[in-house]
Amino acid sequence: MTAEMTMTDIRFLAPETLDDAISAYAAAQGAARILAGGTDLLVQMRNGVARPGVIIDIKGIGELTDIAEGADGSFTLGAAVSGAVLGEHPRFGTVWPGVLEAINLIGSTQVQGRASAGGNLCNASPAGDSVPAMVAAGAVVTVQGPKGRRQLAVEAFPAGPGRTNLAPGEIVVSFTLPPRPPGSGDAYLRMIPRTEMDIAVVGVGVNLTLADGVVTAARVGLGAVAPTVLLVADAGRALVGSRLEDAAVDAAAAACRAACNPIDDKRGTIAYRVRAAGVLLRRSVAIAAERAGRN
Amino acid sequence: MSKLHVTTTINGEEVEFLCTPAQTVLDVLRNTLGLTGSKEGCGTGDCGACSITLDGRLVCSCLVLAPEIRGRKVGTIEGMAQGDRLHPLQQKFLEMAALQCGICTPGFLIAARSLLEQNPDPSETEVRYWLAGNLCRCTGYDKIVRAVLETAADMRGAA
Ligand SMILES: Cc1cc2nc3c(=O)[nH]c(=O)nc-3n(C[C@H](O)[C@H](O)[C@H](O)COP(=O)(O)OP(=O)(O)OC[C@H]3O[C@@H](n4cnc5c(N)ncnc54)[C@H](O)[C@@H]3O)c2cc1C
Ligand code: FES
Ligand code: FES
Repeated sequence: MTAEMTMTDIRFLAPETLDDAISAYAAAQGAARILAGGTDLLVQMRNGVARPGVIIDIKGIGELTDIAEGADGSFTLGAAVSGAVLGEHPRFGTVWPGVLEAINLIGSTQVQGRASAGGNLCNASPAGDSVPAMVAAGAVVTVQGPKGRRQLAVEAFPAGPGRTNLAPGEIVVSFTLPPRPPGSGDAYLRMIPRTEMDIAVVGVGVNLTLADGVVTAARVGLGAVAPTVLLVADAGRALVGSRLEDAAVDAAAAACRAACNPIDDKRGTIAYRVRAAGVLLRRSVAIAAERAGRN
Repeated sequence: MSKLHVTTTINGEEVEFLCTPAQTVLDVLRNTLGLTGSKEGCGTGDCGACSITLDGRLVCSCLVLAPEIRGRKVGTIEGMAQGDRLHPLQQKFLEMAALQCGICTPGFLIAARSLLEQNPDPSETEVRYWLAGNLCRCTGYDKIVRAVLETAADMRGAA
């Protein structure tokens, strides 16, 4: 591990193992910040919102930068993998096109060179683009801290705007996406006032499995319309057992609208966000179903 | 204040510098190393005027900490021309007046070069999306997009 002391109390650490990162993080007792791509952290440091005493760069740790496909077809994605690197993976985007689209929507080409799904989740913005798609995918987050390793569902991770359910000293290690049954497809769509480089006013992730035209599994993640990204279980239930007839999709859209508890701001009024949530649900379902039909 | 000692490669040459742990690469390039071609428009990742490549990948140098580039390869606008010979993108930007005040130009050139390395035949839409993280207050973008498309065509013809 490269550790360097300076006369001021700010230090930069680049540990090469997770254990070293966790001990350094624990030793700093809350004064440290984890650095993945830095596209949130450096902005916060510049604005004076974050004033870390220790900066721990996790990009030198193998487990946090690997992308691995298991023999069972599951994917394990290191928390610090950048959007650009994930986009170049030969398989990930074929199996999880919706999750990849969501991650690749984060910022510009330059931001993609650095931004990670782990950073997006830990930043805990209600509008984080990767999060609804990960929720829809049924992704599980592996975290590790001084007391060991545990796993939690992505939807159980955020606690409120800018707050997470990480215990003190815990670091996000990876995301695990489950094996894909045949006939599965996912999609993520967001509504932004511009065509690029803006924050979602609504984001909807949909993940479907169909057998003989009947939906056998469905998960819906909803972003930017409540204090945290949500799993809309009622929307999934409305779709399961259907052939995606209008009535079923209408019911799922209504469930999304009902789950909304948005803010009113310059990007979108409450009424607009609620309505758009239903519209995006429909469009995402159509894309996910079309993809499911090809697998 | 004691500082960190960093050794890195910038435009193919080994460079050493001292920095504080929270200094950005942009700050070191401009204020420590005198490489003022990379510009600071915002300092928060929005404008792309500070674009560089890090191990060949396009990033904003205002969003990278200086100690992170230890042992890595950095490419800046100062390394784009070969001596007096301008890169075809630089030549085309001049010929087609794809700049006015010029503050955004180094960032556009670095970003456009990175696009053409990945995709020698981009569509207009691909150019516009790739360059969406580069802001220009003067040109209205059209001349820039056209210059990139024409350079791509010339380079394909020459290859
Ligand atoms: C110009 C610009 C445009 C943007 N556009 C979008 C957008 O369209 N959509 C969107 O969702 N976001 C956007 N963002 C925000 C940001 O890019 C994303 O949230 C990104 O995913 C953050 O990832 P990162 O790796 O850069 O995180 P970092 O900045 O490194 O970290 C973010 C936070 O998480 C903590 N952290 C990071 N990794 C871990 C870990 N493994 N364990 C524990 N804590 C950790 C850090 O300490 C920090 O608090 C944009 C940012 C910029 C600058
Ligand atoms: S100065 Fe880096 S993006 Fe604006
Ligand atoms: S030429 Fe002035 S900002 Fe682009």
